[in-house]
Amino acid sequence: MNLNRLFTAIFVACASFAGFSVGGASAQDGPLKIDITQGVIEPLPYAAPAFVAETPEAARFAEEIANVVRADLTGTRLFREIPQEAHISGVSSFDAPVQFSDWKAINAAILITGSARLGEDGTLEVKFRLFDVFAEKPLGAGSRFSGGAEHWRRMAHKAADAVYASVTGETGYFDTRVAFISESGPKDARVKRLSIMDYDGADLHYLTEGNEIVLAPRFSPDGKDLILTSYETGAPRVQLMNVETGARRPLAQFRPDEMAFAPRFSPDGRRVVYSLTRNGNTDIYETDLDAGEARRLSNSAAIDTAPSYSPDGKWIVFESDRSGGPQLYIRRLPSGEATRISRGRGQYGTPVWSPRGDFVAFTKQLAGRFHIGVMRVDGSEERLLTESFLDEGPTWSPNGRVLMFFRETPGAQGGPTLYSVDLTGRNLRRQDTPRLASDGDGRLFASDPAWGPLRE
Amino acid sequence: MMNQLKFAAFCAAAAASLAACTDQSVLDGLRGGGSSGGSAGGAGSDGNIEQQTDLDYDPATPDYFNQVLGDKIFFAVDESAVSPGASAVLDGQARWLLDNPGYNALIEGHADERGTREYNLALGARRASAARDYLVSLGVPDHRLQTVTFGKERPAAVCSAESCWSQNRRAVTVISALPGS
Repeated sequence: MNLNRLFTAIFVACASFAGFSVGGASAQDGPLKIDITQGVIEPLPYAAPAFVAETPEAARFAEEIANVVRADLTGTRLFREIPQEAHISGVSSFDAPVQFSDWKAINAAILITGSARLGEDGTLEVKFRLFDVFAEKPLGAGSRFSGGAEHWRRMAHKAADAVYASVTGETGYFDTRVAFISESGPKDARVKRLSIMDYDGADLHYLTEGNEIVLAPRFSPDGKDLILTSYETGAPRVQLMNVETGARRPLAQFRPDEMAFAPRFSPDGRRVVYSLTRNGNTDIYETDLDAGEARRLSNSAAIDTAPSYSPDGKWIVFESDRSGGPQLYIRRLPSGEATRISRGRGQYGTPVWSPRGDFVAFTKQLAGRFHIGVMRVDGSEERLLTESFLDEGPTWSPNGRVLMFFRETPGAQGGPTLYSVDLTGRNLRRQDTPRLASDGDGRLFASDPAWGPLRE
Repeated sequence: MMNQLKFAAFCAAAAASLAACTDQSVLDGLRGGGSSGGSAGGAGSDGNIEQQTDLDYDPATPDYFNQVLGDKIFFAVDESAVSPGASAVLDGQARWLLDNPGYNALIEGHADERGTREYNLALGARRASAARDYLVSLGVPDHRLQTVTFGKERPAAVCSAESCWSQNRRAVTVISALPGS
């Protein structure tokens, strides 16, 4: 089998589910509908034998790095691992010639080989290569990462990102972090802490102590800062936080009668859009971070909130109840007219413009159920991807292929958990969040995820 | 929907009857004292009534405000309009605040869990503001009233049913004594 044809098949399949047109190969006409069983893609079989430990001390890293690479790839459901028990030959040396016939025999379309070496100064060096088994040749040039051994997981994610990029033609999303709100305590007195972890749940850190309610963090484009809503002053107001130092500062000197929430950075990181409440009326404002000046972007008696920039920073999509119930609108900056884009029944909220620019993800409330959905920027091709008692708050993977959100279970003992789902509606996955020793035994929940950018 | 309306009606009736309790003649009647000239009808002669005097609150106390007048009003789904029942409660709150200038109030607006976080924050702000505006319209000075929204962050009742949600769509007037008073 020709690997290029396989890749093309996968890509076309993905693209057509997402509603893209790929050359003349677009397979579908008309809007795509929610159907999780629709078009199950045959995942690409791959083999990733244990990485070669080039120094005895690197054995643990060689093993664990290969595990992380496999978890990343298999977790997408675009790849299927051929388990090591089925392998005919191993890889004993990173530079030894590959016995392609052994990998063809087990139907591995791609082979991932790697090595790890731990230097005396504690530097970890990781190398990996990717092979097109049926074409019997390397795919790309291979990569080498080196750094402190504590960064071994990130090196593994970077290797998996490289594989993903080679096979799909799109950038990956594995070497990323997710900011979210960790919740503990009873439902009527939740303790909420700003938290950050790797996208796969590793390396959890709490960034606030839980002394005040914190809500809905969002990353700056470079991933170094967060913007969030905090009750530190007693009322909801927008703060900026440096992820590295944890230092916080208010976005502006808000007046006692002003509340501010639902902030997001502009794609260039120089502006912030948010909603500001005065005298009970909530409108959308934009603040230039350099000049510190706020501009009012909406002026209606309605609730205008949850703004999100387009990738070029020239538009916002937001939520407003100016027509009665909450609906989605777009408007050009600085002074365009608002145009309603949501047209279906139900209430729409928390719109988020895709980093690719092609879709808006949203929360929809319809007939007592909540959905995560996507629609084109003009409101066409609405598709609902999920359904539950309460699904809310989508956030895009940096490549615009996957959405993370939170799902809340009902009742006094209920609470939220993070989930992800592909743009196609496939691969709904629960993303468990870790627990630190200091958390004790109580139940922990997680809400308000924000997917950060690919790390440098 | 019907349950919701019935509950709202119940709340309104309860609030109205609580508000009615502030009428001095009714309070006198409850005390069982004869000083009000027997206007409480035939109920005044039973000596056992005196056992209930511990129900009385000093009208100048926060307890009286919270328990007798009522510190909460409730709203319909996605609404921030002050209902007739709610306005009766706010009438009592306004009188109390005017009678007790040593107190300020923080009005908290809340929403039920059936909405997004952001929309509910805005909705809670609307509800708090509606209560504030009503109190101001009755003469309570604006500077004595602050508002805050909690959206769906602090439910009063935690079940996932209308019986709880209707208790969570609320504005709570939290009074606090000014320093030195």
